[in-house]
Amino acid sequence: MLKILKPGFFTTVQDCGRFGYRDKGVPVAGVMDSYAGSRVNALLENEESAAVMEITMTGPTLEFQAETFIVLGGAEMTAMLNNSPIPNYKVIKIKKGDVLSYGRLERGFRSYLAIKDGFKTASILGSRSFYFPVTKNSCIKSLDSLPYTPAGDFTPKISEMKVDDMLDEESLKVYRGPEFDELTDKQLEELFTKEFSVAKENNRMAYQLNETIDGSNLSMLTSATLPGTIQLTPSGKLIVLMKDGQSTGGYPRILQLAEKAIDILSQKKSGDSIRFSL
Amino acid sequence: MKNYTISIRQFGLHAILVEWPKIVEEDILLDILKFSRYLKENHLLEPEWEFIPAYNSLTLVSKGSVVNFNELLPKLKKWYNNKKETVIQNRHLWKLPVCYDEEFGVDLIETANKLQISVDKLITLHTSSVYTVYGIGFLPGFMYLGGVPSELEVPRRATPRPRVPKGAVAIAGKQTGIYPQESPGGWNIIGSCSVPMFDSKNDDPCFVKVGDKIQFYAISKGEYQLHLIENEVGIYQIEKLELDA
Repeated sequence: MLKILKPGFFTTVQDCGRFGYRDKGVPVAGVMDSYAGSRVNALLENEESAAVMEITMTGPTLEFQAETFIVLGGAEMTAMLNNSPIPNYKVIKIKKGDVLSYGRLERGFRSYLAIKDGFKTASILGSRSFYFPVTKNSCIKSLDSLPYTPAGDFTPKISEMKVDDMLDEESLKVYRGPEFDELTDKQLEELFTKEFSVAKENNRMAYQLNETIDGSNLSMLTSATLPGTIQLTPSGKLIVLMKDGQSTGGYPRILQLAEKAIDILSQKKSGDSIRFSL
Repeated sequence: MKNYTISIRQFGLHAILVEWPKIVEEDILLDILKFSRYLKENHLLEPEWEFIPAYNSLTLVSKGSVVNFNELLPKLKKWYNNKKETVIQNRHLWKLPVCYDEEFGVDLIETANKLQISVDKLITLHTSSVYTVYGIGFLPGFMYLGGVPSELEVPRRATPRPRVPKGAVAIAGKQTGIYPQESPGGWNIIGSCSVPMFDSKNDDPCFVKVGDKIQFYAISKGEYQLHLIENEVGIYQIEKLELDA
């Protein structure tokens, strides 16, 4: 078991997501920065679908109650094992009683903790990803215990990895969304020349942006939305749906983020700049 | 049933959006469900593909690999014409109990006043209509229902409530629905449904599917409490009728 001494700002368990229930209104969920999520699992030679911990903004304090191996990745949050700093993307051996804690958020917004063979919290509707009310809780709380299978022997094929550093990337690759063709020349110009910044309304469901463009009065019937769909509201607000985003919506879907752009945006916090490129 | 002019386009790298004429119409919805069933059974197999029908669209999502749109486009057009023999099966009419007591229907009197009808008339109108499920989304288990009688069309509340309780039955504009979980909401709350619309403990977490029909019936507070207990111990039976028998 992994004992939660302090939960951090918003810490969840996530895997690749929950598929097959979108027609019942269930969001896909899953790790926000799937690039970081897949790398931390890969170093431990875990299955792609192994559940990891997603840590947002400020990290938790965790006590390991059995030996295992871990890898950290994503945002840089000054992680400390028994008060000694440990780097991202390196296999670390854990002994019973070790305590992992986090300090200052240096870069990025979401950090990942992978554990050998993944966290074994309940799999509900085919996924361990936290999403209330599918799972009982929306995030972990103090004194929760997360199950994992102890692992004493493991010789990693690669013990350390250099990853593409996308934490400072500001350019988001987009595709045309279903209602892209309804955009006016003025809206298009604004979209692709303006610099936008992340609003304080940002979470696993959606990122709103501070800057607006000309609004859209296009009336449409509710239709499917996907993680990475950018909606334009009548008042000109841009809403970027993320992994916990609703499965249908009624605002024009003007752009669709490339997968890598979802990863990049997942590491942005309130006030950070972004640009769109087609 | 006639074929419609449909448009097929790419929606990101993993999805395809198929759209029918922009009209809320049951024949269109049935054509969408037919096409969806034909694709599921013959060409785009689950669980690799997900199908999201809503009003005048069907979104096809590929779970793993990137969609080869140029290769699929001519095939989808052909498959649309090939689907003719497919029949729709297993649609149900669900009879859902609603307690229209003021304790739950906090906007009941105000809404009746706005509509200039009596509370009894409001309940009669709400329970005599048969609604079609045109989509499920917004929240897990939230149904987009069509078929609200024009006498019940009332604007949303000026200020949305930060918390609408789970089970609240509400009306706004041409829509009526049940909040499947506590959430913010701006519709006029007229009652509460004693049947949970979403339960992740069930393999199928929401018993309703797009294309089904819903009819409400009024229950007393006593019956409402009894249903809650029956639901808790798992003996409550929802009343349903087969539509395609």
